[in-house]
Amino acid sequence: MAYDYEKSIRPGKLPHIWCPGCGHGIVMKGLIRAMDACELDREKTTIVSGIGCASRLPGYLDACTLHTAHGRAAAFATGVKLTNPEMNVICCGGDGDGTAIGGNHFIHACRRNINITYVIMNNYIYGMTGGQFSPCTPTGMKASTTPYGNPDPTFDISKLAIGAGATFVARTTAAHPREIDKLITQGIKHKGMSVIEVLDDCPTSYGRRNKFRSVIDMMKRLKKDAVPAKAAAKMTPEQLEGKFLTGVLYHETDKPEYTEQYDALIKRVQEGA
Amino acid sequence: MAKKSALVQGNQACAQGAIYAGCKFFGGYPITPSTEVAEEMSAMLPKVGGKFIQMEDEIGAIASVIGASLAGAKALTATSGPGFSLKQELIGYACIAEVPCVIINVMRGGPSTGMPTGPGQSDVMQARWGTHGDHAAIALVPQSIQEIFTETVRAFNLAEKYRMPVQVLFDEIVGHMRERIEYPEPGELEVIDREAPTAAPGEYKPYDASKGLVPPLAAFGAGHKFHVTGLNKAEDGFPTTKAELVAAEEVRQIQKVECEEARADIESNEEYMLEDADVVLWAYGSSARSARYAVNELRKEGIKAGLFRPITLWPFPVKRTAELAEQAKAIIVPEMNLGQMIYEVERVAQNKCIIDGVHRVDGDPLNPGQIMDKVKEVI
Ligand SMILES: Cc1ncc(C[n+]2csc(CCOP(=O)(O)OP(=O)(O)O)c2C)c(N)n1
Ligand code: SF4
Ligand SMILES: [Mg+2]
Repeated sequence: MAYDYEKSIRPGKLPHIWCPGCGHGIVMKGLIRAMDACELDREKTTIVSGIGCASRLPGYLDACTLHTAHGRAAAFATGVKLTNPEMNVICCGGDGDGTAIGGNHFIHACRRNINITYVIMNNYIYGMTGGQFSPCTPTGMKASTTPYGNPDPTFDISKLAIGAGATFVARTTAAHPREIDKLITQGIKHKGMSVIEVLDDCPTSYGRRNKFRSVIDMMKRLKKDAVPAKAAAKMTPEQLEGKFLTGVLYHETDKPEYTEQYDALIKRVQEGA
Repeated sequence: MAKKSALVQGNQACAQGAIYAGCKFFGGYPITPSTEVAEEMSAMLPKVGGKFIQMEDEIGAIASVIGASLAGAKALTATSGPGFSLKQELIGYACIAEVPCVIINVMRGGPSTGMPTGPGQSDVMQARWGTHGDHAAIALVPQSIQEIFTETVRAFNLAEKYRMPVQVLFDEIVGHMRERIEYPEPGELEVIDREAPTAAPGEYKPYDASKGLVPPLAAFGAGHKFHVTGLNKAEDGFPTTKAELVAAEEVRQIQKVECEEARADIESNEEYMLEDADVVLWAYGSSARSARYAVNELRKEGIKAGLFRPITLWPFPVKRTAELAEQAKAIIVPEMNLGQMIYEVERVAQNKCIIDGVHRVDGDPLNPGQIMDKVKEVI
């Protein structure tokens, strides 16, 4: 039987704005399956995003949804979660939104280890504004503002999240849809900041300019270059050249969660008074 | 029993007023001369079960405040010059998404880093037009420690009642000055909580203005699933580009503050010796303290001076300013900037009387002598 996505979608909100072949829709389906798997009460779930094609995702979902300003999702979400720690808070958005303009909020949410699940859709490009390069555009590739090839080095979002202090970090791709919901589910169940990086594709603003013949071509590349973290442990650096790791990349349970820390502080202050 | 009183700093009084008003969330980033507001909130909020967070920057601070407010808390941020500039985009977000919150700006000089420890009044136009796009603004400008307390309470009331960001501007002088304050008893000052929607879950429309210009706001988590965005939106909260809906929403959001009824509710002024005044000193914040002193001195010399002091700076006191322009020979606007509110006074006065300014931006307060010299020069 086909999966029932419809009960999670707001009536009348489809069709979505995404281009045919855009990876963001695959991520949305994965998120819905994960929310179902975790049996999230949608009235007690706030989904927060910034600005960009990826950030349009919350508008389609039947929950409390907050479409903020470019880059600010993590900071808005921090206010929601700290005010109401019972709320399930999920952030979603693009690579540009989360790591360029919103990079500061992203790393500090990781540092605080606040119990938010951040699903970041990395299509290596500013899709919405027509394909300018992002901090995740691979060096040498073409974007509308790198007509001679991108001179910038790139961010590794998952490493950034681990370095900044997130306690559950995982990566997968839009070419591995089953793994998307599996990892988001683990992220939601994890107590602390969880980051799930999903590499996806933007055929319109990245694919065409970089001579991918089709969406299938882009998907094939995601499949070919993905190496499960467990398998990578047995591979040589030469074999791993040009590849990226997938699966759970970091998981730690000892670091205190932020809202619990703050509630403990309140208790301490009130009892001391 | 005598009321509780204390000798406190303006910034502390501001935080105490916020707690009195029921504030339960503070998101901030330290900056002189506003930092003591954050310090005081960090100490007081946990005691009342509220949350304090020092964010990574001022943008994050106002973002967390808007998020907290949407989750149902009365929320506050405090900043000064450069931080106020950083917050502008999201002040606009709070305007269009209609999210109550209070922004304190303890003004210093500028532009840029300017003189961090000196007073200024150069953000008064930014408070009106700082964020992009058409929008209404409410800004309150207390002049004393007692008034900082009561105006902070009023700022929360207006934010909750009109569902929008409300700014309280005072300057470094009153922010750091210590004066005696008498604390109002609980219940003595009105405290307004936001109106909860009566719609059944599933029926709630966050911008349904059929029952009044200010639609009730639900809290996330309280049973209604709804959407909030910074895009132009229809009454259900979802983005729209339909011309008639976009325009109607923008007009409503301005009307809710600028209609006659709202103005009468929001505006607040103090008038001193204006009945027979030939010269009106039109002054706000700490400059009004010097102006009041100047009025007394000028009267001793036989010059009929008076003081008009807006406590609500925005919306602008159009009616009273226009009346005073008819009555007086001159309106003098002393400001700790190189001329900002004077332009609004000029616009409203329509050449009915002489308008002139007294300015100072060297880090020292305006002194009464300077103001008196200007009055004598003009008449
Ligand atoms: C303050 C601000 N600066 C710039 C923009 C323009 N802008 C909108 S979306 C976007 C890039 C989005 O890229 P990404 O987050 O990667 O999402 P994608 O569209 O690729 O899914 C930019 C630069 C904006 N909306 N706000
Ligand atoms: S521009 Fe790119 S990211 Fe945006 S919807 Fe189209 S394919 Fe997706
Ligand atoms: Mg992108």
